[in-house]
Parts: sequence; structure tokens; C-alpha cells
Amino acid sequence: MGIIKASKLIYDYIRRDEEDQVEEVNRAIDELTLDIKTGDFVAILGHNGSGKSTFAKQINGILLPTDGTVVISGMNTADDSHIWDIRKTAGMVFQNPDNQIIGNVVEEDVGFGPENLGVPTDEIWKRVDESLEAVGMTAYRMKSPNKLSGGQKQRVAIAGVMAMKPQCIILDEPTAMLDPNGRKEVIATLHELNRKEGITVLLITHYMEEAIHADRVIVMDDGRLVMDGTPRELFSRVKELKSYRLDVPQVTELAWELKEAGVAMPDGILTMEELMKVLLPMMKERYPDTVHLDA
Amino acid sequence: MIRDITLGQYYPVDSLLHRMDPRTKLFGTLVFIISLFMANSIVAYVVATVFLISAVRLSKVPFKFIVRGLKAIVFLLLISVSFNLFLTPGTVIFQIWFLKLTWEGLRIAGFMGLRLIYLVLGSSIMTLTTTPNELTDGLEKSLGFLNKIGVPVHEISMMMSIALRFIPILVEETDKIMKAQMARGADFESGNLIQKAKSMVPLLVPLFISAFRRATDLAMAMEARCYHGGEGRSKMKPLHYAARDRITYVVYAVYLVVVFVLRNGLTF
Amino acid sequence: MSIKAEHVNYIYGEGTAFEQYALRDVNFEIEDGQFIGLIGHTGSGKSTLIQHLNGLLRATSGTIYYNGENIYQAGYDMKALRSKVGLVFQYPEHQLFEVDVFSDVCFGPKNQGLPKEEIEARAREALRQVGLEEKLWEQSPFELSGGQKRRVAIAGVLAMQPDVLILDEPTAGLDPKGRDEILDEISALHKEKNMTIILVSHSMEDIAQYADRIMVMNQGEKLFDAPPKEVFRHYKELERIGLAAPQITYIVHHLKEHGVPIDDEITTVEEAKTAILALLGKDNTEK
Repeated sequence: MGIIKASKLIYDYIRRDEEDQVEEVNRAIDELTLDIKTGDFVAILGHNGSGKSTFAKQINGILLPTDGTVVISGMNTADDSHIWDIRKTAGMVFQNPDNQIIGNVVEEDVGFGPENLGVPTDEIWKRVDESLEAVGMTAYRMKSPNKLSGGQKQRVAIAGVMAMKPQCIILDEPTAMLDPNGRKEVIATLHELNRKEGITVLLITHYMEEAIHADRVIVMDDGRLVMDGTPRELFSRVKELKSYRLDVPQVTELAWELKEAGVAMPDGILTMEELMKVLLPMMKERYPDTVHLDA
Repeated sequence: MIRDITLGQYYPVDSLLHRMDPRTKLFGTLVFIISLFMANSIVAYVVATVFLISAVRLSKVPFKFIVRGLKAIVFLLLISVSFNLFLTPGTVIFQIWFLKLTWEGLRIAGFMGLRLIYLVLGSSIMTLTTTPNELTDGLEKSLGFLNKIGVPVHEISMMMSIALRFIPILVEETDKIMKAQMARGADFESGNLIQKAKSMVPLLVPLFISAFRRATDLAMAMEARCYHGGEGRSKMKPLHYAARDRITYVVYAVYLVVVFVLRNGLTF
Repeated sequence: MSIKAEHVNYIYGEGTAFEQYALRDVNFEIEDGQFIGLIGHTGSGKSTLIQHLNGLLRATSGTIYYNGENIYQAGYDMKALRSKVGLVFQYPEHQLFEVDVFSDVCFGPKNQGLPKEEIEARAREALRQVGLEEKLWEQSPFELSGGQKRRVAIAGVLAMQPDVLILDEPTAGLDPKGRDEILDEISALHKEKNMTIILVSHSMEDIAQYADRIMVMNQGEKLFDAPPKEVFRHYKELERIGLAAPQITYIVHHLKEHGVPIDDEITTVEEAKTAILALLGKDNTEK
């Protein structure tokens, strides 16, 4: 069952002058058709301006389609009466960690969503406890968000969404403003939520490393879906990725370069372990005396 | 630096005062302020001091930390004390030029200084022991009756709470933009008033733009988390009075009566 | 001609309970024309350090010399220093304020008190250096894309014609293409104008590719200061302080540990490819 279904989705940014006349139309999403399976970890890649963030905002009805439809768990986003159910089902985390935390204390921020939904007090506390635990921020529950690192702030934002008991979380470049440690923290948290709680994760990013462990990777360019497959399938198409202004992890790039130069390499090497499994036996063949296969 | 201001900053420890209902604390601050303006004698001030010190002890906030809040008013304090000290007519102790130091002046200046200091300390205790959210909740509930005459109490308190959250962020941002413009040779210090005002443009324009961008982002984030005004909202931390609050109200009553009785007693 | 730091300490909230060393006994000398990579995780003191180099922050103790002159001596012209040592802050596009791109870039040279023709000539040159198309010069900076705004902001510092250019994470938040473009332009400034560059970055891959010297900051102290290959040799220690060497470093070390006679100082994909092909007896005809 698809939790997110977009069919022939079109979205235009329309700029109007003072007299409300259309001045400029920018097509941000162009006939996008997509079906996301429940429980999947999906990464959406694309350079800035490829339409990926606009698509994210379509999913929970912050923006509505110019044409075509977006259906979340059976509810059409264009249908006004479902808007809060849709936002509850598909929670959203944004790029700037500072601009999405409302509470002055971590736990109060996590409680903000359930409060808006009118959840009874006891239940709010239960959800706040569980959500903070799930993102590993229980120890910071009484802290001011201003005292946290970027990665911790994003984990609080994720907990805030989790407390609404969503089926799916959409994250719009959640790591763009973080340092490498913060980035790792956030991605690890997302994988854990996906594995343990079965939450569908839709991660929008331009860091390739973050897509390696996804179940499915989608590449957008110019508002269109241009690549779609497992990380291994996609990362074997290095040239194509580069043509969409993206790049690949160094390991993948090295393996690809070697293959291009005539070394017998399998497609889509993603990790160092995989590369070693292929490269070491080759080296062993050439240098049988010095090379050993196990550490 | 602006960060030194204690007023409005929450000090996270667990104490009786921290657990108290914010309305009780708000009311207590009001009672304390009233008592300060009633008190006009040393004995009354001794009682107020005892009240203040008990509150400080019960809050478990280090005294040093509370006193830091006074930094912000040092200047105001100096001015008002010296005005009262030298410009009050009465029995002259000594005189330099037109400045007369009088017994009356000494007394008024003393009370005035104490009043100001106690005022700041008293309200600091409230903000140090109450999270801004509790505070706004307390205000929202205490002022709930204004809803009936069309005042959007929930919205106002939500705005206050958001303002409190973003003040430190914007302070930091101001610092950053200022430095960035200084790195481009901007000068915020020298020049006459008009030049100074003009030199603020490169600081204020980016600051406003940033504030608007943050506001747009925040509005979107709030909507994404199903915020739709005060209607149908539940509370994570609903306010209800416990036994300790009721007892505290009795303490307030006793305190006010004592100060009222002693307010003019034993003047010197 | 150089920047020299001698026993620089910087303490936040000195004399209070919150006293904290942001910099502790930092020493170095940067010669003209070097390309320095400055790395360290958030809170390591690297941002504090660069603000000392153009006098925005004053060391609690210690001295900084620019071209042999103590910048803390009485009567030293800080404003002149700031135009010689250009500092581009993180997310510099947040400092844009003028009605059009061109005027914004003029702000720096205007503050230097230059004549109008000179100001405009410098602004034009700076905008060309960052590769911003001429048709955008009259536009409002706020209507540009993120990457374009950032170029305008960098041009705003370049227009002062500094000898030293310090950039705090100039590629943060940009996509891979935008990142490469900015880094290539910085590299061109270094090569063509012989500008001294200090590049603050989290990305070891970027630094490995461009810098000829790396300074690693950790908890306010300078931990390493050497050419990239030497610094990355300590990849295990880098990991311990929350940093990591480029992925390629791990690959060559792993190969070496398994007895492959590969140069373990390799840090870029290009070098690794050449070395591995040579080891496998295939010549790299492409190059």
C-alpha cells in the first residue's frame, strides 16, 4: 500500500505584480508521478532548485497542486476537510533547526504538536517521553533549545513530529546546516525510527552519503523525476548523476573510475568493504607474497 | 554583553518555587511590589527582606546568579539615588555648592535604592523559577477574563512566548551581522548622530530580513505541526493549584497585613 | 609579509563562573601566498581564531602581528587591517542590505574612502572574479538564488582587494555543483592573484584537494599544523576528536595494512586511481 501517491503533479510558482496580473510563471514540479511504499526509507536527491523542496511541501498540504493530485494514506491534500489529518499523518522537519522549535524548553516543544491536536494531558506526557527516548534526547528534556548543538536541535524537531504519531516523516534537507557529527547523528536517528517504529522516511538531501543506506533513491531535476531505484542501481550510473549536478561518495567514484579504466569492477560499489572484497584478491594475484586477505 | 541580563532567564533546578503554579508566583510578585510601595519604615523593610530571602532560599537559585540581574539597572539606580540624595529639601548635613545632603534625602534615597533593588530581585526570582511557557500560560489563564471583551489572550501569550524564544537568537544574529559589516570596513561608533543613524542601515536591513525569514519559516513549521489557534488545544502542563499554592496565598495575606501594619512604624 | 600569532589566548567570561578558554596558547605563522585549510568541529575555536586575525576579537593575552607589526599597539589602524585581511563569514549572504547587487559590493571600498571611479572599478572586478553575470548586477540581491547571493557577498569582501582572504565554510548549504564552483573560484584567486587563503571547512575532501597546509583545532588548541598528507596520517586521532580523514585515506591505509605496496599518503580519488592502476599493471592512458 502506498502511503504517498503523487500523480501527474504540477506546481507553478506564480509571481504577480501590484495589479495582481501574472508576471512570471515558474514550473517547479512538472508531471511528477510517484508512489512511496509504507515503511520505506526513501532519499530524494537533486540540486538546489530541482523542485525537491517544493515537492516536500506538497506532501503535507503546505502547498497545493496547480494540477494533478497528491494523496496521503487515502486522503487528497486538496480536500480541505482532511488537512489536519494529513499533517498528523505526514510530519515534516525543516532545514533550519532554529526556525522550527517553538518551545523554550525541549520537552515543551515536543508537546506542542499533541497540544494542537487536543490530545489529553496524560497522553501528551506519554508521547513526549516516548518521542524523546526514541531520538535519544531524554537527558536534555529540561534544557533550553538554544543550548543544544545543531544535530541535537534537529533530533528535538524529529521528536516533535514523532509525538504526533505520524506514519511518515518528511525531512527537507535536515542536515544542510549541520557539521559532520550532527549529520551522522540525525541520519542514524532516522534509520532507527524507520527500523524500530516502522516509520516511513522521506529524506530530501544533496549529500550522497546519506542516501547509501536508503531502500530507494529518487533523483529530481527540473521538477521531474529522472532517476529511481536502489542506491546500488543509481550509484552505478555515475556519469548520469554528475549530469544532474550531483556527485557520488569517493569510494563509489574510485570504483567507477577504475572500471572505466578497464579494471573488472562490479557496478555500484557503495562502501569500502565492498571495494576491498574486489580489490584485495586482484592485488593478491599480483603480489602473492606480501598481500594477505584477512586483517 | 547583552547575554548577561538575568531578567527573563530560566534557571533549571528543582525547587518548591519551581514547582509552584505560575499564577501563584505572578500574584506573589504583585504582592511583593505592592508591599514595597507601602513600606515606609525600617521594620517594614526588614519584613520585606525576610520575605525576599525566604523566596531566594526556596528557589535554590544561587544568590550570586540572581544578583547579576542588577547589572542592568546599575545606571538607573545611581541616577535615582543621587537625585534623591542631593535634591531633597530638609535638615542639611552638609552642602557643596547647590547640592545639599539632607537627612530626609538620605532616608528617601536609601528606601528608593532598596525598593529598586528589591523590585528587580523579586521579579528575577519569578522569571528564574518559571519557564517562559509557564509564565505565558499563567498570564493567559489569569487574564482569561479579558477574552470576554474581545482581547485575544491566547494569541498574545503565544506571541510573547515566541518572542522570548527568539530574543537570544536575534541578539546573536545582530552580533554576527555587525561583525560581518565591520569586516567590510563599517564603523558603528564614530561620527555624529546622523552619521551614526545612517551607519545602522547595513545592520538593520539584514536583521529585519532575517527576522521576517525566520517568522515565515516558523509559521510554516507551526502549521505543519497542526497549530490552528487556541481553539481545541489541550495543555501539556495544565495549571492547577496544589495545597502548596493555597498555603502560599495565606502567606501572602499575612505578609501584606504585617507590612501594612508596620508601614509607618518606627521611623527614624 | 605574514600573519603571525604568538601565545594567543582568548577567554570568554573571564573572572566569572562561566570562564572558558576559547583559544589556548595558539602559535603560528602564515606566509604570503599559502592556502591554509582550517578544520575542527563546532566549538573547537576555529571561528574565534579567524576573528582575531582581522581584529574583530581581541586576544585576552598574546600578540598578533600582521606584516611584522603588532596589531594591538597604540594607534594601529584596525580599519586598514580589515581591508587587508578580508573575512567572509559563514552564510555571508545574510549581510546583504543594498538595493542592488552592485551597490552592495561597493560598500566595502566606499568605507575605505576611495574615489568613486576606483570604487566602481573594484566592484566590477570583484563581481567578475566571482563569476556573476553582468545582467544580474542591477538586480536586488534578495531576488537571487542562494548560490548567487553567496557570490555577491564574497565579491563584497574581494572588492576591498585584500591580501589575505579568510572564508568560514563558504560552501555550507550549497549543492555539490555550487560547492565546486565556489571552491574553484577561490582556488583561482589563490593561483592567479597569489592571494593568501584561509579556508575553514568541515569537509576533509575539499581541504585535501586545495590546501597546502592544514591546521586542526581542538578545544581551543592547535592540534596539528602540517601539509595535508602529514595531517591525514593521523586519521585515527582525527577520528577521536570527531573529525575524519577523506574516505580515500581509509582505502589506501586499508590496502597498505593488507600488504599492498601503495603510497599511504594518497588523499584524492585521482591519485588513488593512478596508483591502483599502476599496481595492477594497467597504464592510465587517459592522462
